[in-house]
Amino acid sequence: MQPETKLKKNLPKKQVVLPFLKSVEIAVKSIKSRFFRSLITTISLILAISFYSYIKTNSYIISGIVFSENKIAIQTLSQGGYEIPATGEQYNTTPKERWILFLSLLVCVVGIVNTQLMAVADRFREIGTMKCLGALDRFILKLFLIEAFLQGFIGAAIGALTGAGIALCGSLIKFGTLAITYVSFNGIFISIASSILLGCFLSLLGVLYPALLAARMQPIEAMRGRD
Amino acid sequence: MENPTNIVRVSNVTKDFTMGKSMVHVLKGIDLEIKTGEYISIMGPSGSGKTTLFNMIGGLDKPTTGSVFIDEIDVSQLDAYELAWLRCRKIGYIFQTFNIIQVMTALENVTLPMIFAGIPDDAARDKGMELLDLVGLKPRFQHKPFELSGGQQQRVAVARALANDPAIILADEPTGNLDLTTGDEIIKLLKLLSREKGVTIISATHDLKMLNVSDRVIWVTDGRVDRIENRDELSISLGKIDEKWG
Repeated sequence: MQPETKLKKNLPKKQVVLPFLKSVEIAVKSIKSRFFRSLITTISLILAISFYSYIKTNSYIISGIVFSENKIAIQTLSQGGYEIPATGEQYNTTPKERWILFLSLLVCVVGIVNTQLMAVADRFREIGTMKCLGALDRFILKLFLIEAFLQGFIGAAIGALTGAGIALCGSLIKFGTLAITYVSFNGIFISIASSILLGCFLSLLGVLYPALLAARMQPIEAMRGRD
Repeated sequence: MENPTNIVRVSNVTKDFTMGKSMVHVLKGIDLEIKTGEYISIMGPSGSGKTTLFNMIGGLDKPTTGSVFIDEIDVSQLDAYELAWLRCRKIGYIFQTFNIIQVMTALENVTLPMIFAGIPDDAARDKGMELLDLVGLKPRFQHKPFELSGGQQQRVAVARALANDPAIILADEPTGNLDLTTGDEIIKLLKLLSREKGVTIISATHDLKMLNVSDRVIWVTDGRVDRIENRDELSISLGKIDEKWG
């Protein structure tokens, strides 16, 4: 195609591949065999996402209670420190809630970056070896991203369900069935779905820098007799 | 191109490293020709540039000046993609520390380079089993590295290095982390491969047993090729071990 390929004579079609399914298989194996390391990464995500999901679900429950126009319940709510919106309006999270939420997500991402950097350092030899066997930079990147996505998805799903569950149970105990009579289940579904999406995104965001670091590693590192 | 049987040709290669502010000349002009099917050992004291030369031949490092040709392809002309292809299809690496991928079974380790080469699963599996059989580990194909001894791990590594029928096997102190007998077995295995498959084997080593099966030994001192000895010359200088190998 290009003129320069003529200089490099007798190289047949140069193809190095890593099919998607294979990379998923390798990523799953890698998560399984480093289960505890993966667990630690995932736990910080579970906590942050369940907090997010709790706040989101809670705001839908409060909106539902406000909609019910039940005086006693609304009074309990405002005694609990919630700013009650006018009837018919959606309850919005307070600036304080949003600020804490932001901080918890930030801490979570920093935690992920930290554990993933350690994971990369642990696997330097493995990455170098793969490169010696013909892996391209993007194979390594792909493996790390798929791993992070799987961890993110599982962690976020657990977190989202836990958070929504706690919010629902908590208000059921406080307000009885009134809590779920007027609640928008659509809203709860949206809060769970958005939590899962956010979790995947955070997990990918956290792994990006460590994965780039790993992908750029020189294969020569594998040759160095270092443990 | 002049001599098609040269699998590796090193032409006037120098390599400089900058260490802080000072420049270190590690290789000071090396010329070398290695023929297809040869069994070569590179020897030299540490700091002689032996490892640098070795990495250069393996396409792991690029020379400052001069060129390294593998199969008459100038390595420094290749981009990342082509280098990966070269590592995948032309060169098999064996490491002192085995470097078996810990999360994979013996068979998966052997098939990994074939996956990179785009060989279909079934074919890769069959070939992998065949290679494990060749190194005598067929019954243990499902074992993870930690369930294998050092010698067995190195055998897996040899099988993995052979996965894509490379022209060259590059072995960096392959017996360095093994005891005498297992080291012996690996050397015999490599020798057998070079004879039967016609693979060129290049190793950096201190192991005298290794020297004695080598067709040629390249001694590197102070960034230059000090001397190149053929095996018959070597047998005299290593008279004691001579009888053992006949």
